[in-house]
Order: sequence, then structure tokens, then C-alpha cells
Amino acid sequence: MKSGSNLEKILESGQFAVTAEAGPPKGTSAKVVQRKGELLKFCCDAMNVTDNQTAIVRMSSLSGCVLLKELGVEPILQMVVRDRNRLALQADVLGAAALGINNMLCLSGDHQKFGNHPTAKGVYDIDSIQFLQMVKQMRDKQSFINGEEISGEVPMFIGAAANPFADPFEYRVSRLAKKVAAGADFIQTQGIFDMAKFARWMEGVREKGLHKETYILAGLIPIKSVGMARYMRNNVSGLSVPQELVDRMANSEDPKEEGVRICLEAIEQLKEIEGIHGIHIMAVAWEDIVPRLVEEAGLMPRPIV
Amino acid sequence: MITVEQKKIEEVTEMTKDVERLLVLGCETCAAISFAGGRRQVEELCAALGLAREDQSIRGEITGDSVARQCEPEFIDMASDKIKESDAVLSLACGAGVQLIAERFPDKIVFPGTNTTFLGVTERLGLWTERCAGCGNCLLDKTAGLCPIARCAKQLLNGPCGGSMNGKCEISKDVDCVWQQIIDRLSRLDQLDKLSEIFPVKDWTPAGHGGPRKLVREDLKS
Repeated sequence: MKSGSNLEKILESGQFAVTAEAGPPKGTSAKVVQRKGELLKFCCDAMNVTDNQTAIVRMSSLSGCVLLKELGVEPILQMVVRDRNRLALQADVLGAAALGINNMLCLSGDHQKFGNHPTAKGVYDIDSIQFLQMVKQMRDKQSFINGEEISGEVPMFIGAAANPFADPFEYRVSRLAKKVAAGADFIQTQGIFDMAKFARWMEGVREKGLHKETYILAGLIPIKSVGMARYMRNNVSGLSVPQELVDRMANSEDPKEEGVRICLEAIEQLKEIEGIHGIHIMAVAWEDIVPRLVEEAGLMPRPIV
Repeated sequence: MITVEQKKIEEVTEMTKDVERLLVLGCETCAAISFAGGRRQVEELCAALGLAREDQSIRGEITGDSVARQCEPEFIDMASDKIKESDAVLSLACGAGVQLIAERFPDKIVFPGTNTTFLGVTERLGLWTERCAGCGNCLLDKTAGLCPIARCAKQLLNGPCGGSMNGKCEISKDVDCVWQQIIDRLSRLDQLDKLSEIFPVKDWTPAGHGGPRKLVREDLKS
């Protein structure tokens, strides 16, 4: 065991994992995080807490993780290199370990230009792959990136993101290999709508044997409306939303139900793909739907390990 | 000027060791004024590289040339015959020149022979110092003509910090505290009140934090 986290135990035991995402509020209310935690507590194995997602300032990810932990929900601390240099990143990793947080997701972060402080200076002192390497070194060698010793252990289950839909497609498997080599114990992918393209990417992943070196959790974004489908197709870079999916939403009399059906179909297809070890549901502003999705996908009750 | 310094001969020898026909290409503007990439330095580097390669039994031919400015397509194209005849180009321009060669000759390997250091001035022969960070929104009118973005180690807009001592910066006794200099100069000009207002948070977009920059002049486009 690298971290002893619930998520690691479930994946290690070969069971299909479920993670979900909770964005902290643009404010100081602990209740917002607690409500999401209570809602998702029994239908996921661990919950990601986003870190200034889409470069919009929110309550810090670390605080959100602590609030979840107090509820008995296992958190995954998301951290982006956009807002912190190597000193601050390492300091927060130590703090997280001290607070009993044992899962992390190491990310670059959306560019500050997209957020609500577009004129900010971006930090980007190290990149996401170097960040993975750094946390791995902190855990396995108990030393900082400069080689100095860390007093105490840093039991982290280290996660990374992967986007099979970004360009150049041919290089995406190689980049995953780099993340795995850098230290990614698990992967959470970008939201999958284009299953054919995802399956092609997974073929490449299996050819390189990467599915045996890391746990891959397939990302899902439940769609609520045709407007949301169109928005994601047209405005979110790095997402691939096929036209037929937009049409399905447009032609449906009950778009919400259609969104649920699309998501459940995707889960069924994903279960059949060799090398997929679980799903990661990012129900942005639609957290309420997650328990139903997990239930109807036949993934309840969640295992106790 | 953009200051550049030549990379160490060992590094250049190593990066070009697999190249048979190597063209060393100088730049007669900033790199020449930096005494790092002008015609004379091209000749010297060709000779030094030749010797270093001989020592390591690397075979091949090294030729030298120089253009007025590697940051303009027309000038680079003047060397296009020599570039095409070679297997690779070792550019002694700043990073802009290296990249323009790469863009104009898609099948040619290009190496940087220099490190691009900063936008600065020649204080005296052999000493260049940084003056400008190219932040895209000049505030020198407010700081007595001395730049805290390029010259304060913390890029403070409301300096000096608590580490300023005897006119020096806390990072080194060799570094002047630019905020001390700003205050001295404003005092001399009887304009110290310019600093009484709090400098607002800076927009870092034109400084490159909004992504790669572009300058468009519609009036000059043909």
C-alpha cells in the first residue's frame, strides 16, 4: 500500500471504483461542501475537491477536503500548478498529509485567462508531470524536490488527469506513459462523449501495457440540457461532443432523462473496455443526479474494504 | 537591446556532434552588440568548434555566415542558399532568430548557439545589465524612469520591501535596490509624492501571462 486510502484499497482489490467531484463554493459556507458530501457519501469511494476550477476563485481545495473528511467522506485533493510554485505546492502536500488526506490529483489547471481574474500572473513554476514526480519523490524517498529530507511520511495515492480528446491524438498515449512514469498511481480522464475515440485511445493504452501500471477511471459529465451539450461542444476546448449526441438531446421530450440514459449507456460501454478500473463522475451543478446514476448503473452499494 | 551570451563550447560541440555540414549563422544586430553572435564571433566559433570536433574525431565541415537580422524573414532568406546546403544551422542570434529559421526551413535542424538573457543596456565594455521586462504596459512615468518590474527581485509595485539595506537588495550585496534608487531620484526631482498612492494590482496579460503576444499595426499592413 502506498497510501492506505480507501480508493487505493478498492482499486487494488480489483473492484470497479466510483469517484465524484465536488466544487467548493465562491464563499465561506462550509454547508455547501457538507451538503455535497452528504449527498454523495454512499455512492462514491472518494470525492475530488476542485482547486479554483476554471480559474475561478473558490474556497480552497484543502479546506474542502477537510470538511469532507470530517463527514467521513474520503477526499481527493485536486491541486493545480497555475496558482502555486514548488514551495507552496510542497507545503500544501505536507499539510494535506498531516490532515490525513491520502489522495491527490496533480493538474496544470485551466489558464487564468478563462477565469474571473484574467489579468493575474500565472505561476506555472513546474508542470503537472513534474508535479507528479515531485509528490512521488516526497512519498517514496521522503525528500523534497531539492533533495532535503522530509520528517514524517507522505502517504499519498497520486492521481493525474488524461485527456484522450485533445490534439495531437497520436501523442496522447505517450503523454499518459510519461505521467505514469512520473508517478501517477491512478488516472481520471476528461469527460467522455465520443466513445469511439476513447476506445481507440484505450487500444493504444493497452498496447503499451499502461492499464497494468496505473488505474484508469473514465470521466463522465452528465448532460442536463441540449444547451449544455452545445456549450460543451462549442466552447470547452479539449472536449469532443459528437453531433448525434447533441441531436439526441435536442430531439428528446425529456432532456434530463435523455442525459441520464446517455450517461448510463456510456457506463455500460466503459465496463466492457479492458483496462478501465472505474468511473469518475463530474456532475457540474447537477450533483443530485449522481446517486441515481450510480444506483441504476448497478454500482451500489459501494464496497467496504 | 536584447543581450545574448554564447553557450559554452562543450555544450555546442555536444549538441551538434551528429551534424556533418554545419552552418554557423550570426546576427549583426543585438547579438553582435553583445559580442556573442556577430561576424567576428562566428569566425571564432567556427575555429573553436573545428578544433573541438577534431579532438573528438567528429568528421564534417563547418562554414560561417552572418545576416543583418535573424528576426526578419527577408534577411534570413539572404542566407537561404547556405542554409539549404548545410545539414543543420547553429544560430548565434537570440531565441527569436533561432525560431524564425525553424519556421522558414521546416526540414532543417536548427540549434541555439547562445542563451538569450534580457533586455538591457551596455553599462561599459563587458558589462550589460537588465532594464526592461517587456511587460507591455510601461509605468516608468510613475517611478522616475526606473523599472521595478525588471529590477526589483520581487517585482514590487509598492516597494521597497523590508529587505532593502544600504541601497542594496536583500538577495545580494551586488544588487542595487531599485526602490531605493526610485526614491532617491524622485526626492531629487521633488516628486516623492508620486509614491503616496497605492499602486493598483497589475494587469499581467500584456506581460505574457495572457498567452503569447502579438503586435498588430493596421496602418503598416499592405
